[in-house]
Formats: sequence, C-alpha cells, structure tokens
Amino acid sequence: MSSDGGKGDLLLTMRGLRIEGQSDEEWHEIVKGVDLDLHRGEVLGLIGESGAGKSTIGLAAMGFARPGCRISAGEIVFDGVDLMKASESTKRKLRGVRIAYVAQSAAASFNPAHRLIDQFSEGPVEHGVSGRAEAESDARELYGKLLLPDPDRIGYRYPHQVSGGQLQRAMTAMAMACRPDLIIFDEPTTALDVTTQIEVLATIKNIVEEFDTAAIYITHDLAVVAQMADRIKVLRFGETVEEADTATMMTSPQQEYTKTLWAVRSFKKEPIPAKSKEPLVSVKNVTAAYGAVPVLHDVSFDIYRGKTVAVVGESGSGKSTTARVITGLLPPREGQVLVNGEPLPGDYRHRTKAQLRHAQMIYQMADTAVNPKQRIREIIGRPVSFYLGLSGRRLEERIRELLSLIELEPDKFIDRFPGELSGGQKQRICIARALAAEPEFIICDEVTSALDQIVAEGILRLLDRLQRELDLAYMFITHDLATVRAISDEVVVMLKGRIVEQGPREEMFTPPHHEYTDLLLSSVPEMDPHWLDDLMERRRRDGMMASTSTS
Amino acid sequence: MHNIVKLVAQRMALGLLVLFIVSLIIAAGVDALPGDLCQEMQGQSATAETLEACRKEIGLDKALPLRYADWLGGILKGDFGVSLANGRQISELIGSRLGNTFFLAGLAAIISVPLALALGILAALYRNGIYDRGVNVVTLSSISFPEFFIAYILILWLSVNWGWFPSLSNVGGDTPLAERAYKSLLPALTLTLVVVAHMMRMTRASIINLLASPYIEMASLKGMTKSRIILKHALPNAWAPIVNVVVLNLAYLIVGVVVVEVVFVYPGLGELMVDSVRKRDIPVVQACASIFAATYIILNMTADILSIVTNPRLLHPK
Repeated sequence: MSSDGGKGDLLLTMRGLRIEGQSDEEWHEIVKGVDLDLHRGEVLGLIGESGAGKSTIGLAAMGFARPGCRISAGEIVFDGVDLMKASESTKRKLRGVRIAYVAQSAAASFNPAHRLIDQFSEGPVEHGVSGRAEAESDARELYGKLLLPDPDRIGYRYPHQVSGGQLQRAMTAMAMACRPDLIIFDEPTTALDVTTQIEVLATIKNIVEEFDTAAIYITHDLAVVAQMADRIKVLRFGETVEEADTATMMTSPQQEYTKTLWAVRSFKKEPIPAKSKEPLVSVKNVTAAYGAVPVLHDVSFDIYRGKTVAVVGESGSGKSTTARVITGLLPPREGQVLVNGEPLPGDYRHRTKAQLRHAQMIYQMADTAVNPKQRIREIIGRPVSFYLGLSGRRLEERIRELLSLIELEPDKFIDRFPGELSGGQKQRICIARALAAEPEFIICDEVTSALDQIVAEGILRLLDRLQRELDLAYMFITHDLATVRAISDEVVVMLKGRIVEQGPREEMFTPPHHEYTDLLLSSVPEMDPHWLDDLMERRRRDGMMASTSTS
Repeated sequence: MHNIVKLVAQRMALGLLVLFIVSLIIAAGVDALPGDLCQEMQGQSATAETLEACRKEIGLDKALPLRYADWLGGILKGDFGVSLANGRQISELIGSRLGNTFFLAGLAAIISVPLALALGILAALYRNGIYDRGVNVVTLSSISFPEFFIAYILILWLSVNWGWFPSLSNVGGDTPLAERAYKSLLPALTLTLVVVAHMMRMTRASIINLLASPYIEMASLKGMTKSRIILKHALPNAWAPIVNVVVLNLAYLIVGVVVVEVVFVYPGLGELMVDSVRKRDIPVVQACASIFAATYIILNMTADILSIVTNPRLLHPK
C-alpha cells in the first residue's frame, strides 16, 4: 500500500480551503488555506492536536460545516463536483451515498430511538440505492464481515443494548451501506479501550481494503494513524505542517513540530527510592456493590508515601469504583481502607475533617469538575479556608502560592473564570484545588485522557515534580499503558472487579505476564506501520481473536 | 414489558395515596370557608336555634374528622352522598355535567393538540424564519389575553357580527352529537387559543434542543432531508417533554375551564363547583374537587407512562 503505486485517479481535491468559526459574534479562521489530494482507494491520515482543524476539514470534504462554522474560501472538488458551488440538494445526494462519515462517539451518533438495522437501511432506502429487504440482508452480511457477534440478530437491537466497540463497528457498517467512494473516519477509536480499539482498527482496515474505499482517517494518535494510513498529513492551528507517505513520515519527519509530536512519549519518571516501609494507604480485601450488582471482589493493595500506584484496566473493570471506596463515596460491603494503619469509616459522612483532607481527587473531565460560575480564586480558595481555616490576606497569599506551584501566573489567572482557560490549564486548576487541602494522597482518575498528548505530558511532568517536592502519594487510574509506563512505581491490573496482577513497574513490563496483562500490553499501538498486521496475524495463529471478539 | 406493568402498578398506588391526601386537604379547606349552608339558606332571618336545628338535620354538627370518615366510607362504596342544597344524589348531579366537561375538553383537545404539534414541528423546521416568528407572536398574543376576553372577541365576530356560531352553548343530555359539537365550538376554540401556545412552544423547543445532538449531525451527513431529520430523528426523542406539557394542558382543559363555561353558559362541572362553593354545598364541592384531582393524577400518570413507552432505553432494557 503506497501512495504512488496501484492507486486510482484523483477523487477529492481541496485548494486553499479556509473555514471560519464564530465565537462572541466574531468570525475567526480555524482552517487557514489547506490543500489536500486524495486518490481513489487511498487512506489519508490527518493528525494533529485538538484545535488543529482536523474534523472541520474532514466535514468540509462532505461540503458540510457545523453550525457556527462556514467555509469562507477555497475549492473542494469531489469526483468532478464542485462542492462549494453545488446546491444543498446535490450535496445531500452525495452524502451517505458516495461520501460517508464515521463519528468519534458511536454511542452519541446513533439515534437512541431506532434499531441499528433501521438506521443502516435508512441511507440505501431513502437514497433509492436498494430496497428495504435487500438493505437488511446486506446489513447482516456487513455485520458479519466486521466480526460483530450474532450478525443476523444484532441489528435488531437498540444502540444502548450494544457495547461501545460493537457500536463503532456497526457505524462503520452503516457508512458502508451505499458502498461509498470515500469514508471520513473522525477519531473512531479514541473513546474505546485499548483492547477494543485494536479489534475495531483491524476490522476497519480490512473492510476499507476489501471494498477499495478511499478514506480520510482523523486522529490524534500517531501509532494509530501509522497503522491505518497510506499517507499522513500533519496539521497545526489550521495549517498543514507537512505531508508524506506513512513510512517516510514515521522514519524521517522534516518539521520541528512533527518531531515533537513523535517525541512525546519519551517522558519517564526517575524512580524514587523507597522512604518508608509502612504503607500510607492500604486497601484491604474490599468487596463492593452498586445495589445488588457486585463490582469489586476482594481488592487489596498498598500505596506508599511519595509513590505512585497506577491502576489499569478497561472501562467497567472497577478502577473508579475502587477510588469511590477509598474516598468513602461508596461504603464497601466487606473489607476496609486504612490510612497510616488506622481504619477509616466506610462512609465519608462519618469521617473527620482531617481524614477527608488527606485524600483528594482530580477528575478526568476538568470541564465538569470545576464550577463555571466561580472564579479561580474561589475554586482554589474554598478548600484552603475549609480545611485550613485561612482567611483574608493569608488566604490570598496561599492561593497565589498554589497558582505558582502549578506554573500558572497568579496575577493573570486568579480572577479568571474556568471558561477562559484551556483544557490543560483547567486540569492544572483541579490539581491546585487538590493541593489546597495539603493532602498526603491524591487520586488521579484518568486525568490526562481528555487532553492532547503534548498537554498531557505537561500535566504528567507537573504531577511528578509535585510528588518529589511535596512527598505525595498518587493513585493513578488510567487505561493508557503509555501513561502507566511514564509515571508509575507500582502497577495494579484490574479486570471485571478483580485484581489480576500487581507489582513494581519494571516487573509488570517485563515478561512473563498474566494472560490479561499480556493482552493489554500487546494491544497498545506501536509506531511501526506493520505492527497491526503482524499482531493480527500472530493473534489469529494463537486463536486469541476468537476469545476476545465479543468485547 | 414486565417492568412496565410493575411501574404502572407502582404509579397507580402512589396516585391513590396522593388522591387520599388531596381529599384530606379539600375537606380541611372547605371546612375553613367562612359560614355554612344553613347560614347561607337562612340569611338575615337566622337565629341560633334555627341554625342549630338545621345543622343537626344535615349532619353539620358533627366534628370534621367524623364527617370526613362518613364521606370517605360513602365514596368507597361508590356513594358520593346527596347535595345538601337540594337533596339530589350527587352522582346524578355530577354525571351529566362531567360528561359535558369531558366533551368540551375532548373537542378542544382534538383541535388543539394536533394543531400545536404541527405548528411546533413546522416552527422547528423553519426556525428563526418569518413563519417561526409569526406563529410565535400569534400564539403568545393569544395566551397573553385573559380567556374571557378571547371568548367575548370570538362571540363578537363569529356569533354577533357574522352569525356563524351560537353564543350560548346550552347543550342538554339529549342534544345530538353534531349539534352538540356545533354549539360547543366557540368555547372549544377559545380554549384552543389558550392552550396552543404552550404545547407548540414546547414542541418547538424540545426538537430544537436536540438538533445539536451528534445523531442529528449524523443524519445530515447521511444525506437525509430536513423534514425527515425533524420527524424521524428529532421528534421520537423529544416526546417526553412534549407529552408532559400536552397532558398538563389537557388537565387544564378539564379543570380550568370555569371562566369559559360561565361566559358561554356551558353546563359543565366547573360551573357546578363554583355554584356549590357559593352555596356552601360541601359534599358537591368535595366531589367536584376530588374528580378534578383524580383527573390531574390520572393524566400525569399517563404522561409518565407515555414518556417511558417512547423511550427505548426504558422499554428495551439491556
């Protein structure tokens, strides 16, 4: 699969594409003159951080601009049709038939009110491509090709009755319904667990090859794009940074920015020598349930002062529930949590202020974890006055100190609202809020998952520095093994509410592993463009696909 | 399906409990009204002796809890008691009136609900356009006027000036259906003008609220037409709030129509209740109020159930 060999003629061209977005009654340029060529049957990877304009360009390939956006200049020609000049009805007839779209969140992009197969058939039937019965039998066939379990019946379910990975494949099937010439994949696996992602990637890759469909594959994950694309285009701030075929791009990126993207995964913390033998926090034989549904089974691990324990697992494995038990939001059925050897009451309402102060949380979505109507001063100041009883000038001083600690300039930020901050800055505010209580122990729940890699790396470095300076213990919940590799001292691997393996980082990343840890580790995409093919080949040999394809 | 049966049973039990509490409040409220039937009937000529005799005769001398217990016992046996004012069976008195009220409400609902939904859907489809603004202005104006004002305007134009409809809706038990509908049309139109705005605006807002959803964008990207997106993709997910507002308005059509009934001299339940309050005819007031409360409870329960039935997450559990 190379861009110059066996691929067909030009399918899509963009010249000088400019797109503007509206905010505060003003139009700002988000895409600033991008050129793009795509040949029949070719897969082009668009890569960049959020705000680079990737999705906007992807949608523009369908002649579509989101509400609040407009295509202001340039040329978009799809197979001889000028999409800038085409009427709404001409474009409508292309969409779904010749150009299809696969969205990031399949769960949100399937209509909850209709069955999967109805949504599949809608395109072909409404566009007059095929009849209803024909569309349904085609759906069943495609579901089979995409390795969905029970392909004859799964279509008759509603979206909420199907798992995330299955939905994403069902959406790919839906995009294929009219056998389009071009599919736009907009971060289709970003919301999925690493073990699920790999299956979706493999099935997408196969089906695109089988039908010789051209694709624009949008992602912020380099390793993923390396597996999927023939050619890669790097974007930043709405402009092309560079473009080359995948092999060249992976081995010898030309631009400085691309090199920093490539280098991002290099952060790895220096091991901290053990200081104390007594654990700071011990989770002992905890079993917990939501109502009648058991979620945690006999979970035990220790966290030492100044150390980081990474808790890894897929969604639903009980990582966050463990955090809820430690913070007292969910009293355990059995077992207990000890801090400095003293058992804590199971319910946070029965804990003393001092006990509460020692365990703080940082959440995944900084957006929703801060009150948008409060200024930074109040957000950070509240725990300072609540736990430490400071007020007036001393409170003000402490808030400024905390802001300096998280590397945000106090004068500039103290009176801002969260809405005026970037995602990374908001997460820093959440860190400052946790630090405000002067805790010994912080639970970080997927704190970097919603951030771009470069921003995420900054957060990880900050957390590492704070740990050294303040001797903090972290419980770091994540599904991202690259993060685990970067920051952990100890690793706990969870599956279905149980701990399957735990130990020091070096041990966990060196074989032999527990079977499930092995699956997790081997599913992390690597930069090598042949990695996915090789892995699939290996797993097919081992017959592992059979046992995991139902996830 | 099993879940829904259980849920409906739970709601019904709760509804009965609410009804019981409401009946207590009504009994206490009616008792707190100044004066009673005997004072009302005897007026200036009342003496302490005649009042006491009168109260004894109709049982007003008993304590409130005792009277309430008697009344409740009767209700449980299906006996609403007799009117204190004229000694007629209340069930008989209310029966025909209730039928009339339901008829008027039904007629108004048949006109207003489809109209409001259609206007709302069209407003969502052509949002921020001239049609949208126009329909908003008109419905908002009609809701802003007092009902009796709308009623008199309609009487002036449709009845007095143009003579299309009668201004009196004196329907009786033996009035044939067509004539009944014809005579009730003016009050029904008045009510329609009053309730359409709420329902139409909620329909519009609920649909527009969903238009930013990823699945709506997906439908556009599948090349679906605007009208199909609104009808097939937005509307099915918008039912819950719409149904709730529709039901509240239906309840209003049954219990809130006193003014309109009085203007058109329509023999409905509201008119009877107002009349009975004036006469302090407590059993009748209590019966009417209980019926109104039951209407509210039943309709709201219907709204809950419809919201569930239109939500696949609840209808088709994992």
